[in-house]
Amino acid sequence: MADINLMDIIKEKNVVYKKTKVLTDKVMHYCPGCGHSTTHRIIAEVIEEMGIQDKTIGIAPVGCSVFMYDYIDVDTQEAAHGRAPALATAIKRLLPDRYVFTYQGDGDLAAIGTAETIHACNRGENITMIFINNGIYGMTGGQMAPTSIEGMRTSTTPYGRDAHLMGHPIKMTELVAQLPGTYYVTRQAVHTPNLVRKTKKAIRKAFEYQALNRGVSFVEVVSNCNSGWKMSPVQAVKWLDENMLPFYPLGDIKVPEK
Amino acid sequence: MDEDFVLMKGNEALAEAAIRSGADGYFGYPITPQSEVMEYLTAAKPWEHTGMVVLQAESEVAAINMLYGGAGAGKRVMTSSSSPGISLMQEGISYIAGAELPVVIVNVVRGGPGLGTIQPSQSDYFQATKGGGHGDYHLLVLAPASVQEMADFMPLAFDLAFKYRNPVMVLSDGAIGQMMEKVKFQPQRPRMTDDELPGWATTGKKPDRERNIITSLDLDPYRQERFNQKLVEKYRKMKEEEVRYEMFQCEDAEYVFVAYGTSSRICQKSVQLARERGIKAGLFRPISLFPFPENEIEALTSHVKGMLSVEMSAGQMVEDVRLSVHGKIPVEHYGRMGGVIPTPEEIVDVLIQKFIGG
Ligand SMILES: Cc1ncc(C[n+]2csc(CCOP(=O)(O)OP(=O)(O)O)c2C)c(N)n1
Ligand code: SF4
Ligand SMILES: [Mg+2]
Repeated sequence: MADINLMDIIKEKNVVYKKTKVLTDKVMHYCPGCGHSTTHRIIAEVIEEMGIQDKTIGIAPVGCSVFMYDYIDVDTQEAAHGRAPALATAIKRLLPDRYVFTYQGDGDLAAIGTAETIHACNRGENITMIFINNGIYGMTGGQMAPTSIEGMRTSTTPYGRDAHLMGHPIKMTELVAQLPGTYYVTRQAVHTPNLVRKTKKAIRKAFEYQALNRGVSFVEVVSNCNSGWKMSPVQAVKWLDENMLPFYPLGDIKVPEK
Repeated sequence: MDEDFVLMKGNEALAEAAIRSGADGYFGYPITPQSEVMEYLTAAKPWEHTGMVVLQAESEVAAINMLYGGAGAGKRVMTSSSSPGISLMQEGISYIAGAELPVVIVNVVRGGPGLGTIQPSQSDYFQATKGGGHGDYHLLVLAPASVQEMADFMPLAFDLAFKYRNPVMVLSDGAIGQMMEKVKFQPQRPRMTDDELPGWATTGKKPDRERNIITSLDLDPYRQERFNQKLVEKYRKMKEEEVRYEMFQCEDAEYVFVAYGTSSRICQKSVQLARERGIKAGLFRPISLFPFPENEIEALTSHVKGMLSVEMSAGQMVEDVRLSVHGKIPVEHYGRMGGVIPTPEEIVDVLIQKFIGG
């Protein structure tokens, strides 16, 4: 076999895919295969493609994605656990020509921050909300989340989630779709290339709609937490397909009327 | 009377002064005895003339986090509440101190603990001056004693908040919030233009600068400690530059009442009553509760024989008065609680009973 010199291949004319400039060079701390990193990349690409880096303000949650500001190269505020929609409300009302997005996990958005989520949606704040539903508290080591599905084993439901004891998993996205203040509500996932493309389209719309001033665009991303689920990345993707998606079906839940 | 004066409730004066301070946003949740603040603002509709945003939040938790967001975007933002609501805000206030954000928080204190009463009290002194939430931090605390000061302290509070990038609390009480007095307003200040917003604010990353990050998180304990030291230095500077107080007949006083807010108004009368009974009494009124005027109080020990800290609480500020005098003279406390306001006469009786006998 002839020697291949890598430097002959790594050339501008051979580039088929490039990291967006809106992602920093910092190596992400996420576990390999975690949906947070893919979703970060999608958001960064959308911001670059729309040319709105200088007009975008992000809000990071408390959860594994607390360091979102290390990776996405936009002005960012790090909120207290669950309060991102309250921050976003004020920022958008005080700087109405900027693009404001929140990024939250399920514990953040659907447990401790439920009130802020519902009321920001109900007021119809003109913001984009990204909701990473991995069915678990990733950051704190894999405890039950409000979205953990029935039977799911977590560190605080070691025998599986029993709805009679621990309550039912909550479908936050269906819930906020009921509110007149939401404009676009959709559920996506990022564990296959095709789904990544779909999610990117959804997130792009969710940003573009801010220019219309019609209310909240809400994108749930059903995601995996290999570490919290105690699975390999491959097992986790399979488990997500077989267990999460039947309960959290993908697709648009509310689309703007034509 | 000067026609520039108007007759107003303390809460309303505060609201009008907030608009005139060039405030960008008010976020709050109704609670007695300060609901007039948001009622005044929503009636005045400042968004139609100055552009100020007024929003009724779903809770005090949301309101304080709206302040975090708004201040992080470089804007002049404020909230007002009363004791239980302020308790609910404590996590957010700690984050605001940790992220070094300039906000103004007004506490129109009522009796507690718990749901307590809706009558005036001064029982939130510890919470206001010692931090209140978790972690090592302080608010800069101003205590108005009149409707005029409710108005005057608004622009001052915003200026101090931005000077130090620190939350400022206006610690009032139900009496000052509800009572009507004449007040004269300062002229309307313009709101900051986009170009005037501070360079650290999250306004959108321009190509010529790094992204701005508003956070209170640092996982490296040594960096966090350096940050804590920076805060300590900030509080030291406040002690140097922001101590505010008033003295009333202290020059020849043998006994001095130390009182702030409503209690200081009552004690003025007590000074007069005591002097009528031949007791050389004076009043020291701290206006800034943090930084506390400790040196100025200590200086009085050169000729004062005893101090009576008069507060509508079980005895909170008295601890700071005692720390200030370094044991040189006795310091006693007298307080009414639960929303009961002491009379000038009973305060004089207590002074006599504790210090003079009879
Ligand atoms: C007031 C408060 N309570 C609890 C915590 C601890 N805590 C940090 S992250 C987290 C849960 C995060 O789970 P989720 O929002 O689902 O994010 P993930 O890590 O799964 O992405 C909790 C409970 C906290 N930081 N603040
Ligand atoms: S713990 Fe879970 S959510 Fe957190 S980075 Fe790892 S895989 Fe992702
Ligand atoms: Mg989670």
